[in-house]
Parts: sequence; C-alpha cells; structure tokens
Amino acid sequence: MIEASSKTQARPTVRPGFRLGTISWGNWALGTHALLVYLFLYVPIAVLVLFSFTQDQFGTRWTGFTFDWYARLFSNDRLMGAALNTLYVALASTVASTVLGTLLAMAMERTRFRARPAVDGLLYLPIVIPEIVMALSLLAFFAFFFDIIEFVTGATLRRSLTTVTLAHIAFSISFVVVVVRTSLKNFDMRLEEAAADLGANGWKTFWRITFPLILPGIIGGALLAFTLSLDDFIISLFLSGPGTSLLPVEVYGRVKRAITPEINAISTLMLMLSMTLVFLSQVLQRRR
Amino acid sequence: MAAKSLDPPQRSDRLRTWLLLGPGLIYLLIFFALPLVVIVLYSFLTPGPRGNVEWVFTFNNYITLFTGDLYLSAYWRSIWSSLLTTFVCLLIGYPLALFIVRSPPRWRVVLLFLILIPFWTNFLVRTYAWMIILANNGLLNGLIQALGMPRQTLLNTEGATLVGLIYGELPFMILPLYAALDRFDFNLMEAAADLGANRWQAFLRVMLPQTMPGVVAGSVLVFIPTVGQFVVSDLLGGAKVDYLGNILQRLFQRSNPPNWPLGSAMAIVFMFVLTVAIIIYFRGTTEEDR
Amino acid sequence: MSDSIAIDLRNVTKRFGDVTAVDNISLQIRDGEFFSMLGPSGCGKTSTLRMIAGFEYPSLGQIYIHGREMGHIPPYQRPVNTVFQSYALFPHMTVEQNVAFGLQMKGVDKASIPGRVKEALEMVRLGSFGARRPRQMSGGQQQRVALARALVNHPEVLLLDEPLGALDQKLRKEMQLELKGLQERLGITFIFVTHDQEEALTMSDRIAVMSQGNILQVGSPTEIYERPICRFVADFIGETNFIDGTVREANGTHATLATEEGLHVQGYTPRPVQPGQSATISIRPEKARLLPVNGNSTPAANTMPVRVERVSYIGSDTRILVRAHGGRSLSVWEQNTLSTLDREAYWEAGDEAVLACPVDNALVLTE
Ligand SMILES: Nc1ncnc2c1ncn2[C@@H]1O[C@H](COP(=O)(O)OP(=O)(O)O)[C@@H](O)[C@H]1O
Ligand SMILES: [Mg+2]
Repeated sequence: MIEASSKTQARPTVRPGFRLGTISWGNWALGTHALLVYLFLYVPIAVLVLFSFTQDQFGTRWTGFTFDWYARLFSNDRLMGAALNTLYVALASTVASTVLGTLLAMAMERTRFRARPAVDGLLYLPIVIPEIVMALSLLAFFAFFFDIIEFVTGATLRRSLTTVTLAHIAFSISFVVVVVRTSLKNFDMRLEEAAADLGANGWKTFWRITFPLILPGIIGGALLAFTLSLDDFIISLFLSGPGTSLLPVEVYGRVKRAITPEINAISTLMLMLSMTLVFLSQVLQRRR
Repeated sequence: MAAKSLDPPQRSDRLRTWLLLGPGLIYLLIFFALPLVVIVLYSFLTPGPRGNVEWVFTFNNYITLFTGDLYLSAYWRSIWSSLLTTFVCLLIGYPLALFIVRSPPRWRVVLLFLILIPFWTNFLVRTYAWMIILANNGLLNGLIQALGMPRQTLLNTEGATLVGLIYGELPFMILPLYAALDRFDFNLMEAAADLGANRWQAFLRVMLPQTMPGVVAGSVLVFIPTVGQFVVSDLLGGAKVDYLGNILQRLFQRSNPPNWPLGSAMAIVFMFVLTVAIIIYFRGTTEEDR
Repeated sequence: MSDSIAIDLRNVTKRFGDVTAVDNISLQIRDGEFFSMLGPSGCGKTSTLRMIAGFEYPSLGQIYIHGREMGHIPPYQRPVNTVFQSYALFPHMTVEQNVAFGLQMKGVDKASIPGRVKEALEMVRLGSFGARRPRQMSGGQQQRVALARALVNHPEVLLLDEPLGALDQKLRKEMQLELKGLQERLGITFIFVTHDQEEALTMSDRIAVMSQGNILQVGSPTEIYERPICRFVADFIGETNFIDGTVREANGTHATLATEEGLHVQGYTPRPVQPGQSATISIRPEKARLLPVNGNSTPAANTMPVRVERVSYIGSDTRILVRAHGGRSLSVWEQNTLSTLDREAYWEAGDEAVLACPVDNALVLTE
C-alpha cells in the first residue's frame, strides 16, 4: 500500500547546525522528538517480549527468567490448533488473492475497456471501507445465503474456516492489485517490444520477460496478503464459526479474561513472525 | 492505388481482457459488493424475537438510531475520539517523518524499518502490550509506587483508550507523510528563506501545502479504522462506555437477542457519515492548497 | 550494392487519434543500403520505423519487405530486427542470454547457439563479457550488446532508432565508425533514425529528410547538402543564408530573383520556378565570398555591398557576420588556409566589403 523504499537519487548534502529555512539533522528539537516517539513505539513491545520470560504467574512483574510459558504454549492443543487454522486460512487466501489480484492488475494495466474507471473504483473500495462494515456485511451475506440454500435444498451450512478464507480473499485482492500494478507500471514496455522483435510471441514474451520481471511485485503482493490474513482479527471474529477458532480470536478471548504470561509468549511469537515478514518484503524491494 | 484502411485486429484483445478481468471481478462482485447490498436490505427489515430477521419492510431501524440517545452519543464519541487521535498522530507524526527524511541515507533505511515493524504487527498484540504496562499491578503502577505515590487506576479508562488508539495508528500516519516529504524539494525552503520568509512562514506557505497529499492520506488512513474500532475501547477502556464499534459488535453478536437490522442500519449510517466527513476534509485541504 | 528493393512503403499514413504522425509517405530502400531518416524530434521517424518493425500498423497504405506485404504480420514474424533507443536489454538475463534469446525463439538448433552467440559478441568486441548483466556495463557496451542481440539473427533489415543518442560525444564518434564498418562488412540493410545531421551525413548512403510526417527529400549526403530542394532542407542541414525576393526570369535550370533592396541575384533552381513567384535564395556561408570594395567599376553580377559587423575566429574557420544595406545579416565563413597571424590585414568590424554569390552555389528555393 505504501512504498517504503525511498528514491536513492542524490540529495543536497545536509549541513549540520542551524540555517534559516533549512531543517537539518543537527536540529536537536527534531532529534529529541524522534527519540521520544521511537521510545513510545518500542517500550511496549520490549515490555511484552521481556515479560514473556518472567517467572511471575500474572505476567506483569519481573521475578526471574524462564522459558516455561513457551513450553506450555506448545503443549496447549487449543492454541496450537488455532495457530494451525490461522496458517491454513492465511495460506489459502494468499494463493487465491495473489492469482486473482495479479490477473486483475494485468487487466487494469495492459488492456483497455470501457468500464475501467468503474472497476478502478471498485478495486479501491475494500481498502478504504472500514473493516468492521466489511465483516458485518459478509456475516449478513453468508447468513442470508445459507438460509436460502437451506430453504431450497434442505442442507444446513455453517460458518467455518471456509467462510473466513473467502472473506480474507475478498479483503486481500485489492491490496495485491495495488502492489502488482505498481510493478507493472514500473515495467519498461519496450522490453516486451524487444522480445517480440526477436521473435517471441505474446505467450513466450509473458513467461520469459514480463513474468520474471514483475515476480518480485507478485511476491510482495503475496507477502502483504499473507500478513493481512495473519493479522486480521475483526473479519476472523465475525466469520469464524463455533468450534473453528483462529489465533487472534483465541488470544482476544483470553486477554479479555486476564493477562497471563502465556499470552505474552504467544504475542511475542506473533510479533516475531510479523518482523520476519516485513524483513523479507524489504529485502525483496531492495533487490529490485 | 487505393489505400485501404488497416485497423488492428480487436476480437482477441477483448477476449483477453475478459479472461484477465473476469475471475477477480466476479469474485469481488459476489463477496464484496453483494454483501453490501445485503446489509442495505437488512436495514429495512424487522428484527425477530429470536435474533432472526422478519421480512417486513420498515424504517424503524433508522428511526431508532436517530431517537435513541445511546446510539447518537456513541456516534459522537467515536467521531470525536477519532478526530482527536488523527490530530495527535499528525502532530507527532509530521516532525518525525521530517526527521526521517532529513537524516543521512543509511540511517533513513533503519529509521523507516523501525516504523514498518509496528505498521505490520498485529494490532491486537500491540494493544495487549499496553495492558501489561497499565494494569493495576503493572509496570507503570510499579514505577509510581516506587516513587512513593499511591497506585492509580490506569487501565479501563478513556485516557487509556486514547493512548492505545494513538499508539496503534501512529505508523499509519507516519508512512504517507514520509512518502510526501520524500518527494518534497527542500531547496524550496532555501528559496523561501532567500525571499525573506522565516522558518515558520516557509513551513506554512511552502512545505505544508506541498506535502498536503501526505497529510490527507495519513489522516484518512488513521480516521477510518478508528471510527469503527472496538478492540481498543474493549481492552484498554474496559468497555465502560460505548463506542460505535462496540455497539455494532453487540448488535450482531452478543446482545440477547441480536438485532441485525438495527446493526445494519447503524453500519450504513456510519458509512454515510464517513463519506461526508472525508469529502468535507478533502474540500478543506485542497482549498488550502490553492 | 544490388538494386533490389528491401523495404517499400506505399502511401503510408499513421494517425494517433487527431495527430497524424506519418502523412502519406512513399519510400523505397535498396538492399544493402545504409539509409538514414533525419528530421527534428516529433517529425514521425520513430513511427515509421515502428511500422516497419510491426509494433504499429499503418492507418493507411502498405509496407513491403522484400516484396512481401506485411499487413498485420506481428513483429515476431518479420525478417527485421531493431536496436532500441535506450537498448531495452533484458535486465534479468546475462549478456549471453540476451543475445541467445532471438535464436531460441526462432527454434535454432540448440547446439549451434553458443557458437553463434560467441561469434556475435566477438563481432562487437565483447567476447569476454558474456556472463555479465546489462546493468554492470557502460552505455557504450550496452549499445554493442543490443547490436549483437539484433545481428545474431541475421535480419534482412536492421532498424536503429537513435541508437547513439544516449552516448557522449567521443563515444558517439567511435560508434559511428564502428557501425558503418559493420554494415559494410555484413552487407545488411540498415535503416538508421537520427535527428543529428552530422551523424546522418557521415554514415549514410542515402538520407530521407522528414518534417511533420512528410518526406521532403531523399538523396545522397552530397545531394542533400549541395542541392536541397526546399527551404526546410537547406535550413535543417548545415547552415545557410536566406535572401527573400521575387522571381524575375527563369529558364530550365537558373532563375533571377529581385530582392527587397532592389538587387538582382541569379541562382540555380533545383525545382522549376515561374516568374512572379516569391522565392528564396539560399547561400551557404562557406560558399559566399567576401571581397574588398572595388572603387570605380560597376558592381559585378551577383554581388551586394555589405559592412562587416563582427569577426569571430574559431580555429579552422573565421566566421564573419556582415550586414547588407537593406539591414539583413548574412554570415560568411573563410577557411583559415593561412593563419590570420600571417596575414597582413584582415577583416575588421566596420569595414566596407562586397559579398559575392557564385551562381551555381546560390539556390533558388520555394516554400
Ligand atoms: N503512441 C502514440 N500516441 C499518440 N501520439 C503519438 C504516439 N507515438 C507518436 N505520437 C506522435 O506522433 C508524432 C511523431 O512522433 P515520432 O514518430 O515519435 O517522432 P520522432 O521519432 O521523429 O521524434 C509526434 O507528434 C508524437 O507526439
Ligand atoms: Mg523518435
């Protein structure tokens, strides 16, 4: 959604000290402010990680180091089941939304059709619409159609991992489209002409030239979809059925009851996973 | 020799367009657009006694919304706290983004990465981290007691909700601001100074207008999810007062019996209010630009 | 050089919406020819080249390559290859892979590919660079990879769209020689697009000068420079002085023009003119002569009295700006066969002089 990489072009060299009209690295007020903001952002995260190793059974004081809570986590079938469910949903929705989103991005960037502005608008809506509205509407939608199906065929359908996955796909497609479109926009069209000039037909040109060059964008889109699905709480809360628990929903339920070091531990693991994914996507961007 | 017109062949192009467009478009129409139609429909139906929906057309849901004090005050509370959150994030975020843009390139990558991590970390996890700090026997109270003062109630207050919201949304404000400032040509500041503007004037007249797209993007990105939130007010505010999201969640999931038609009406009014708010905001900021 | 026709454009027009990029041009390019298309930016050179390559189809008219009508034949089935303006090398492939690409697409026997790639790279003096990526190479080297990538396919015609545009002056000169040498050695037809007249003059067998979608003149470099057939070509190629007037007399090859100052100037007419028509005399600065005033005699034919305004010494030449009595400025270049230091006297600003235009070097042009 936001390109983190900055342009690397030469910038005027930054002079230290004060100059009228210049805001420089040497400006202590900005520096102090930045330090405080980074502290604000990272102290809670550090506390969370630290207290996942505390011996204190309430998980809010430091009383000594232990790995116990992590060990308990891995023997907690319910949490492990929820984690597996979450991974399953994330993988499935990533694959589907990456394929659909990439096709859509190709259509938007490489073909002309009259409904283009309308489709463009439709593609941006899922990004700007409040997630809770999307969750509620999908909840109502599934209930509505399950009722119809029951009425027509007599079969009873229930919310399940499948409904969550379908919802995550709908939610992620637009984000994939944005990322892949960016890499298609940056793609030099003359490379395709050069391939055609050298005898490659449309199909060969796509697989030998276009696809390898936009692959980092597609992987970036997939990573984004994966992260969105893993992190999603609101849609998961409304669309998972009874008995099919997902990790964020499970954590929310427990947190509402009490703070425990076990939750500190699982939160720390989720944090690590997010960091890994961010790191991967950054490496991917810099390689381009 | 008569020159004949040669228009490029088109039928295969059209087929290709629909093969590429079709699957995703159909998916979004079914699983995104149709659900929105369904809640519009529900908002005009009558709630049944067991949480079901009766197919009786009515305006009652909308009337209830606008007459029940509970709902109106929840709207106000949500909008007010979102405005406050957005404004504070802007106030904190702008100087920080400026700092990142003006730092040496090698530092910039690291500083930006440190913003990206919270940006992509689970919201729930980050909110939970504040519970540990603010709990009655938590870190901050430990500090307060160590200073010899009595223990304070920090968790389950509206203040805690606000801190949680700002904490959660700050990265979403910083990144668009960074993107806008990165595009800004800082030589313009020297040009302004050269023409006799002091720092503050140069900021107001040159830098701020030029970076307005980032301000708008960041504000929208923070404002929209904040209005509908219920996790933060639930976990840090202790669900003591109702925000829009709390009521929505209750109407659909918890209340006995659930009331989907009323919830649908509430969601639709919510979207309507959001749209109007954003249009007003865009108007205001683009006018400043001129 | 044989006389068979490699490329034949018949009444080709290309429109992009309201813009007519190429306006009903007809052109024949011979086998083995180094043919340049020269014209200011936006005159339709690239569009013409892209229609030959097959990236665009003509709105009207036909294109024949060795007698075969191209119609809607896609680029990948045409016997031509292109060297793109900014090379368009595939960044995810090595130099070798780039060069091998065309052979692979053609389905050439796999075993013979490495040998041909090597041969092509050696031809452009990049034999040891096969394993590199394009971005690890300099502009000139990338240029040569692009050349090898196209030539390895033995195209019937090679299209080059301002291939030297991105290179610095020195490298550009080197590549001009190299390209020309290569073309002579291989005997392949080159169609070379450029907006640099000097480049076109040095390299080409024939040049087409284009303006606003039209071809104004096709001819050898000498013909284009010495016998431009219209004002635009005379102006665009090299430098020249224009003197406007009205045709007084005209026979088949020469005409006399009356200028606004009332002088009569005679010149050669590349295209026939009619008495009474308004026309322009074009005289190149190096062909005009500046003579001392000859006090008593009546003015010689094709001369006009002038005053020297400015004298600029530029090494090989001295460029002298003079003003005629009517007020117009003209420039005269004198080659410094004798160093100005060795001369006893030379032109100085303020000197009175006579400008002489040799009849066969003064061209009477219309438009
Ligand atoms: N794809 C296109 N769409 C619209 N106009 C174009 C396109 N390609 C070229 N033109 C227009 O056609 C004219 C000729 O362009 P071009 O052939 O690129 O000129 P040159 O190569 O001589 O600079 C220009 O006015 C240009 O703007
Ligand atoms: Mg061009």
